[in-house]
Amino acid sequence: MTKENVLLQVEDLRIAFGGVSALAGVSLEVRRGEIFSLIGPNGAGKTVLLNCINGLYKPDAGRIIFDGKDVASLRPHQRARLGISRTFQKIELFTGMTVLDNIRLGRHIHMKTGLLDGAIHLGRASREEIEHRDFIERQIIDLLEVEHIRDKVVGMLPYGLQKRVELARALALNPTLILLDEPMAGLNLEETEDMARFILEINKAERWRTTCILVEHDMGVVMDISSRVAVLNFGEKIAEGTPQEIQADPAVIKAYLGEAEELYATRR
Amino acid sequence: MEITKDLTLPKLFLRTVEKYGSRKVAMREKEFGIWRPIAWHEYLERVKALALGFVALGLGRGDKVALIGQNRPEGLWAEMAALCVGGIAVWLYQDSLVDEVQYIVDHSDTRFLIGEGQEEVDKALAIKDRCPKLDRVIWDDPKGMRGYDDPILISLEDVSELGKELDEREPRLFEELVEKGQGDDVCLLFYTSGTTAQPKGALLTHHNMLKMGQNMMAVDPCSEDDDFVSFLPFAWIGEQMMSISCGLQAGFTINFPESPETVQQNIREIGPRVLFSPPRVYEQMVRTVQVRHLDAPLLKRKVYDLATGIGGRIADLKLARKPIPWWLVTLGKLADLAVLKKIRDHLGLACIRRAYTGGGALGPDHLRFFHAIGVNLKQIYGQTEIAGISVLHRDGDIKFDTVGTPLPETEVRIAPDGEILSRSPCVFTGYYKMPEETARTLKDGWLHSGDIGFLDADGHLVVFDRRKDVMTLADGSRFSPQYLETRLKFSPYIKDVWVIGDQCPFLTVVVCIDAGVVGKWAEDNHIAYTSYSELSQKAEVRGLVVEAIGFVNRSLPAPARIRRFVNLHKEFDADDDELTRTRKIRRAFLEERYREIVEALYSEATEVHLDTTVTYEDGRVVHSKTDLWVTEVPEEAA
Repeated sequence: MTKENVLLQVEDLRIAFGGVSALAGVSLEVRRGEIFSLIGPNGAGKTVLLNCINGLYKPDAGRIIFDGKDVASLRPHQRARLGISRTFQKIELFTGMTVLDNIRLGRHIHMKTGLLDGAIHLGRASREEIEHRDFIERQIIDLLEVEHIRDKVVGMLPYGLQKRVELARALALNPTLILLDEPMAGLNLEETEDMARFILEINKAERWRTTCILVEHDMGVVMDISSRVAVLNFGEKIAEGTPQEIQADPAVIKAYLGEAEELYATRR
Repeated sequence: MEITKDLTLPKLFLRTVEKYGSRKVAMREKEFGIWRPIAWHEYLERVKALALGFVALGLGRGDKVALIGQNRPEGLWAEMAALCVGGIAVWLYQDSLVDEVQYIVDHSDTRFLIGEGQEEVDKALAIKDRCPKLDRVIWDDPKGMRGYDDPILISLEDVSELGKELDEREPRLFEELVEKGQGDDVCLLFYTSGTTAQPKGALLTHHNMLKMGQNMMAVDPCSEDDDFVSFLPFAWIGEQMMSISCGLQAGFTINFPESPETVQQNIREIGPRVLFSPPRVYEQMVRTVQVRHLDAPLLKRKVYDLATGIGGRIADLKLARKPIPWWLVTLGKLADLAVLKKIRDHLGLACIRRAYTGGGALGPDHLRFFHAIGVNLKQIYGQTEIAGISVLHRDGDIKFDTVGTPLPETEVRIAPDGEILSRSPCVFTGYYKMPEETARTLKDGWLHSGDIGFLDADGHLVVFDRRKDVMTLADGSRFSPQYLETRLKFSPYIKDVWVIGDQCPFLTVVVCIDAGVVGKWAEDNHIAYTSYSELSQKAEVRGLVVEAIGFVNRSLPAPARIRRFVNLHKEFDADDDELTRTRKIRRAFLEERYREIVEALYSEATEVHLDTTVTYEDGRVVHSKTDLWVTEVPEEAA
């Protein structure tokens, strides 16, 4: 594997909260264009790892190299500008704003005109706004099929649609790497299938080619769409490989899936 | 305009394009949040490229092109393109299951199947081995189409490119092909969603379609400034009537909604002047208002009741052609200002001049509701076999229990056995590959509808019911189950209903409650439930249905009253063959499927145990056991 192929490199990452070691030296490499899944029991450190990658948490030790650049010292918004975007396990939208406004917020980082231009709102600022609106409509709203709710207030929407709006906002950033923290949690079967379809689309479509890191408990989805899977347990990586390898790995089955639940891993 | 024997829809299309060119908008589509106009000359360019593309792929005169997809300009372009080169369009309902698609594609000898996107392509690929005559599958929406490489597939865009190349090589070809068409050529092969047997394919000619539009607009002219919203399946003849027949002749603008979920919103944005829909659309509108009413605070409810009461009084007087006293006129204006106008606006009917309902029976209560809020809603009667329409209410001559009077050039008479017969230039040429069926339906140019009805003193046609559905009561009188069903459906809690009782001592019904409305009601009344089937069996919910039935019973003669009912554990579904694609109930099938329920209704039983098997689309078979209550409607309510 050549180094250009690696988009994100995590080296010996460690973080502890009080006496609890949430990540005890995790290293992994995410290649360009893949869907890389992180699985593991509750409390294994999956979300902590995502939080370290996008800068919400500052690790105690270790390196995070994104696109050949050490980003460990950068703030979350600076990493966002580099192209790292994310969704949250518990929806973190502005519930009092409309769907469109929430998505626009994700686009804000690409606005070049300043406060003054915006206040006058002539020429450059208005032109730029139209461009961004065009991007949102064509690339995001159409892709995620949220035309019918674009003017609805987010707080009034059912959970499944809110999850979709979160993804929309993350996409508005036009990211190179997207961190998806349990995008399927709480969705019904149909919504789950839709979500899987969207994730595949942003990963595979020529237009996006976005690399995904997916934290997910729905093994059916993980095994179906992932290129590679890493398994965390008590802050340590216990396995990494293709879905087939992971399903066959005795350590994984023991630690996470549990012997009796083997069937669950091969669901569908 | 004179319709000569050699006029075809494509020739008329070219004339209309010549008349308006780039000056007028032929259609609009809401896309990416914006209404995007398409002028007549662009409409022509698109159609021309596609038409020649079809030729390049080998489509010949009389070849069938099947289409399946939502209402989008591309669908109409493809249909018109097929007609331009002498092809025959076969529209399918978008929610058709694979087997239905296979039957129609195979039976119609379809050569090209045009599907909107991935879902339709999947259906097409599933059937291609069983439909040997199918040559090409054409798709339009690229979403999800990455990775499909079957050689039978080609995109609509590529077809257009082929057409443009052919146009450069043979610049006059398109016009020559259009010129070749004759009025008597078949243009549409429309499969009627039969309530009994396999669908039958009705062959309609250009002349049929043109005459239908002309005769309809002789009664109710449409103007070129009108707006129309195309949101019902193209596979429904009524949609063809507006988008093709009337659209080309009047030159009005056709508007396509952004997505199925945004239809209601988009209708409101456009504010169409003309609307033609099957009853379910109007039933849904009434339900929307009723539900909002249930939800509103007391004062608002009182104001609403007052205003619709006044509107209803005025509508009754108007339709009875009696003078309206001055004070009522004044009150009516106030009611309109305070309430009715706003209701119309919310339903997207703010600018409506005429609304039509057809393709099924709409209850008198529903019709009265629309007239009370000031919407000129009229009934249309007709079949696919007569290009959709033969009888229509005239403005100012509307009765709630009739469907109006025949169109110009249309004769309607009643056969000795009560069957409605009609004859006009719009009567179809026959069923495709079904000579016996054709002979049974078409005798000496008279179309035998299979409906029972009569003409009243004013010459209005009254449609009783389908002949095979007419029932005999205990006292020997005949009655129409459909009439009772439409009456019952005025209750917001009842979504679908099936009346039983032919030759029985009394009548019974099977009710499908409206999940949304009853669910909301249950929530408001603190009734816990987990599923539709549990909700439907709650004592309180059955009480709601008792009330609704009692209300209708009070206006019925004793033998026609409903005594017992069962709330079904699921909604009727076209995928389970319980309804046709146009949402008419299939009685024979229901009787077979729910025999245990019928038996329980006519026994002393208070419960019925159902053991049903459900087959999912992916082939999984699930057994389910359900207990349903049989509920008596008390005599005092009846």
